[in-house]
Amino acid sequence: MIRLRTPILTALAVVTLAVAAAAERGTDGELRMLYWQAPSILNPYLSGGTKDIHAASLVIEPLARYDEHGDMVAWLAAEIPTLDNGGVASDLKSITWKLRDDVVWADGTPFTAEDVAFTAAYCMDPSGGCASLASFQGVGSVEAVDDHTVRINFDVPMPFPYAPFVGSILPILQQRQFEDCMGARAPECTEENFAPIGTGPFMVDDFRPNDVVRYVVNERFRDPDKPAFSSVLLKGGGDAVSAARAVLVTGEFDYGWNLQVEPEILQEMEQAGKGEVVTAFGTLVERLVINKTNPDPKLGDTRSTFQDGGNPHPFLADPAVVRALSLAIDRDILVEAGYGPAGQVTCNVLPAPAVYASTANDWCLTQDVEYANRILDEAGWERGRRGIRAKDGVRLSILYQTSTNSVRQGTQALIKQMWGEIGVETELRNINASVFFGSDPASPDTYQKFYADIQMYTNNFDGTDPQAYMTGWICDKIPGPANQWNGSNISRYCNPRYDELAAEFAETGGIEQRAALAKRMNDLLVSDGAMIPLIHRGEVAARALTLGGMRHNAWDSTLWNVHEWHRIE
Amino acid sequence: MLRYAIRRLLFAIPTLLAISFVVFALLDLAPGDPTAQLPLTIPPETRALIRESLGLGQPFPVRYVRWLEQFLANEPLNLVEVLLGIEIGDSEGRLRVSSWATRSPVVDLIAQRLPQTLTVVGVSYLVAILIAVPVGVFSAYRQYSVFDQVGTLITMIGFSVPTFFTGTVLIVIFSGVLGWLPSIYDTTHRVTDLASLGYQLKQMAMPVMVLALFSAAQISRFTRSAVLDTLHQEYVRTARAKGLAEPVVMLVHVLRNSMIPVVTVIALGLPTTFAGAIITEQIFRINGVGALLIGAIEGADIPTVQTVTFIFASLIVFFNLVADLLYGILDPRIRYD
Amino acid sequence: MAADQAAAPAASARAAGHGLPGAHPERAKHAVWHRLRRHPGAIAGAAVFMAVALAVLFGSFVHGVDPHYLDYRAKNQGMSLAHPLGTDNLGRDTFARLLAGGRLSLAVGVAAMALSLTVGTVVGVLSGFFRRLDGPLMRFTDLFLALPVLPLLMVTTMLFREPLRAALGLEAGIFILVVGVIGITSWMQTARIVRGQVLAIRAREYVTAARSIGARPWRIISRHVFPNALSPIVVAATLDIAAAIITESALSFLGLGFPSDFPTWGRLLYDGVPFLTLTPDRVIWPGLAISLTVLSVNFLGDGLRDALDPHATTHRAPVIRRK
Repeated sequence: MIRLRTPILTALAVVTLAVAAAAERGTDGELRMLYWQAPSILNPYLSGGTKDIHAASLVIEPLARYDEHGDMVAWLAAEIPTLDNGGVASDLKSITWKLRDDVVWADGTPFTAEDVAFTAAYCMDPSGGCASLASFQGVGSVEAVDDHTVRINFDVPMPFPYAPFVGSILPILQQRQFEDCMGARAPECTEENFAPIGTGPFMVDDFRPNDVVRYVVNERFRDPDKPAFSSVLLKGGGDAVSAARAVLVTGEFDYGWNLQVEPEILQEMEQAGKGEVVTAFGTLVERLVINKTNPDPKLGDTRSTFQDGGNPHPFLADPAVVRALSLAIDRDILVEAGYGPAGQVTCNVLPAPAVYASTANDWCLTQDVEYANRILDEAGWERGRRGIRAKDGVRLSILYQTSTNSVRQGTQALIKQMWGEIGVETELRNINASVFFGSDPASPDTYQKFYADIQMYTNNFDGTDPQAYMTGWICDKIPGPANQWNGSNISRYCNPRYDELAAEFAETGGIEQRAALAKRMNDLLVSDGAMIPLIHRGEVAARALTLGGMRHNAWDSTLWNVHEWHRIE
Repeated sequence: MLRYAIRRLLFAIPTLLAISFVVFALLDLAPGDPTAQLPLTIPPETRALIRESLGLGQPFPVRYVRWLEQFLANEPLNLVEVLLGIEIGDSEGRLRVSSWATRSPVVDLIAQRLPQTLTVVGVSYLVAILIAVPVGVFSAYRQYSVFDQVGTLITMIGFSVPTFFTGTVLIVIFSGVLGWLPSIYDTTHRVTDLASLGYQLKQMAMPVMVLALFSAAQISRFTRSAVLDTLHQEYVRTARAKGLAEPVVMLVHVLRNSMIPVVTVIALGLPTTFAGAIITEQIFRINGVGALLIGAIEGADIPTVQTVTFIFASLIVFFNLVADLLYGILDPRIRYD
Repeated sequence: MAADQAAAPAASARAAGHGLPGAHPERAKHAVWHRLRRHPGAIAGAAVFMAVALAVLFGSFVHGVDPHYLDYRAKNQGMSLAHPLGTDNLGRDTFARLLAGGRLSLAVGVAAMALSLTVGTVVGVLSGFFRRLDGPLMRFTDLFLALPVLPLLMVTTMLFREPLRAALGLEAGIFILVVGVIGITSWMQTARIVRGQVLAIRAREYVTAARSIGARPWRIISRHVFPNALSPIVVAATLDIAAAIITESALSFLGLGFPSDFPTWGRLLYDGVPFLTLTPDRVIWPGLAISLTVLSVNFLGDGLRDALDPHATTHRAPVIRRK
């Protein structure tokens, strides 16, 4: 190449080169990505793990995706069906998707509505162990009306009919490839599960489970100028800190995923000048879940069980005590110590999308130790031995557990000290994540068994509609021996008023009304002391400064627009 | 000796069966769950279905016997088929031991990961032995010399500072500050010419260093103490009194007789070159068998853990047998019959 | 240095001996002590170990900062008068945590080493000496070598954590659990090595001689076999302490050991590694503390080994042959 003399000319040349590069397929070389949790399978229906969904999202695509603002964009569909354009039936019992007609599978066969109908049948087969089965709840049938039209019929009216095939967890599989992999045979199709044929910008070239995926460009991708990269390397393994180092300090990789690391470490690494940390906020909330039932080991088999309200927690059943605990916490310090720009203080279980975010609980945003103390004084909790409050022989002594993770252990230590200031004694416990989040009914240490007073973890929901998520706290969903501890109401919270609101929510259409209901439910959960929301967490990633086109997204796979990524100088 | 070896080999079968049963029972009892790593957005009812599809609902003995059949009958048959290119019976319908996490045959996963484990862990073990034995012998020969003291200092620090620390320090220095070596091991790298061999050596340098330091510390300590013991024996004094040259005394009389603890330590360490080095593999993302095992344990992927552990157990039994036979060769007075 | 300290105890050493029948036990003990005292490595090792032990036991009287207190506004600081070794990312005083952590780490290291050494030595000696026990005991050792450690730890924790905590309280209960868990997963190497050594010793002339005069097995073991198998045991002991301190950190990282707010050296080191370039104090000092402890135990062990070795002094011979 000819050397250019002046810096301005060089800059100009770089700009033109960059534009040229971005405008042509396969000219930008290899894109190197680092996932410290490695993908183990490339069929998201058989895994459900975030890493696997992301790794598959380069290859197989859904009908519509969420963009970085949480808005739906048509992907393999020609447009988003709505009530207005007639795509959604007026009785809310069916939705009709029109498919793009310029899409072909990577093997050259045409993409049709039959593939969509097949994918639904594939996941809805109960013996297949499909991880996204819940998204097909209420779906009666999926039929291909013609080659490019598919209709999903619901058994009941669906105020939000966009669950199936929207977002990276529900991409379309090729019928031709997966035909023989239905039901119980699904796991045996190793070859298919490791290299699904897709419509996306890349194809799987080499996949080594839990280690590395190599992709090459899909020459049949519908946009002739994209993707800019000719191949992708997705390497897995290791831990978050060293993943951040490989992008930000040594510059060996272009992109690093899910870097929950203490903020000062990331800040220092960023100073090496090779990359930057990016954050996107979805619906993740780090919260303290309050046990409304008594977890005393002396109770034996009935510990932490609901017993129709007959086993209340000796002090956490009282919303005032929970309120005091919440007020004693300085959330700003928690954010600063563990999250930095990747966290925001929150008082809501449902912090986003913006229409659903309540402001009724903002009293918790600022720490007020004095007020917290006053609440406990007024409720009759008096300071006793070593300054620990007690009433009627019950001491405010809390067993506080969470999963093992250095940021969480830091948060635990901080909260323990903050609670010490209002006369509450805390014992900390951390449990290996694979045990804590497991649901082995024989294990006493799962988050579902909840053999502790308070536990901390993060939760969210897929997509932008909170109906299933908010319905999780009705009385029926309390885990216990009767349902093998399978239930999403971990707090063992039960309020008939809440159940009524949940029922109403399922029948209400119209975003404003739904938002109003969701806020009321959120406020009830907080004021009744079922949970203490702490931090609205973002998804943190690192990108090399030479990587352009990335639109970091918490509502969908962060690799959702990988076909637009390109190299910048 | 031969009779002893055969008897031991036959005895190994019930031993291994017992080990496999205990391990399976242990894993069954362990509080892991294959759906634990899924996002919480997947509801409990779906998780129950997923567990069902993995065969977790079946009783323990059924699952154990099925694993035995799959691993001890089906997998060898498959291997024979692949090697000889023939088909024995219903090879399509024969179930193989499948991992729950990847839904693919465990044996294939191991085969995929063995190359990097053997190259990195194996080479580091070799390096460790080549350094440790001479250092141990010389340290003993010149006990309390400067060489011995420095050797002791380095080896003990090597052993007392964990690999997660040395590994990270090396990465910060050689990949971060100096930028000489890659911090992430590329398992897809193929050695085809000098340049690619160079890269392979570069990417192996740090993990091999970390592991070799750790193993060498241990081996050299035991070598040193064993040689010291032997140096004090009467027959060494006799040999010297006879006027034998010092190298002959050292090699023939001392070294051979001090090898029993050294052989034991080395033989104990050899199976781990198969099982990999969990922490080091994780730090450098070598993703070998060690990483496979730890990932499987954390994901409660029982078929994978069981299979890797069983192969590991077989190697332990085998190498301990080898060590026992070596004892007899090193010291003919040791008899087993 | 080596030559001069070697000559003196020669005579007494031979008499104290490896327990020839008839040697006076009191004299033997005296000789061992005498030789140990003359061993510079042993003295230095003992002095350092005592110093470390005293520091962690009584250091908090001199440096009175609460190791659990989070002075959040003073986080990630370097060395200063208020915080001699700086603070961590939550504002805890590193020096106070080092002292507090040392108490736990030393206790765990020594106790787990003792447990693992006892089990390993007993199994090794029994199976090396008694042919009939050899098969079963060694297969049992193989079983333990083959057990995947992590699930074993999880099961042990699941079964025993609550009962121990209820019976002995949080700290003591978990201490017993941690020591027990490290002990039962680390004795196998010692057992294999001791057995190999015992097999060789059993075939030596003096054992055959003792046997031919009708000495009972226990007497042969205690007077001939055990003393001669001691040097690998001593090496194993020093390595075991280091391994136990490190293993403890892995346990608490996995959530199986002490709660996260109980500092231990291994834990401090583990937590500090991500902050390696930001606050290097957090890794240097715990690393140094572990290394120093292990080194001092090692030198003490070396001295002990030399002092106990019946032939120790005869081999300074190379001096003569240096032409």
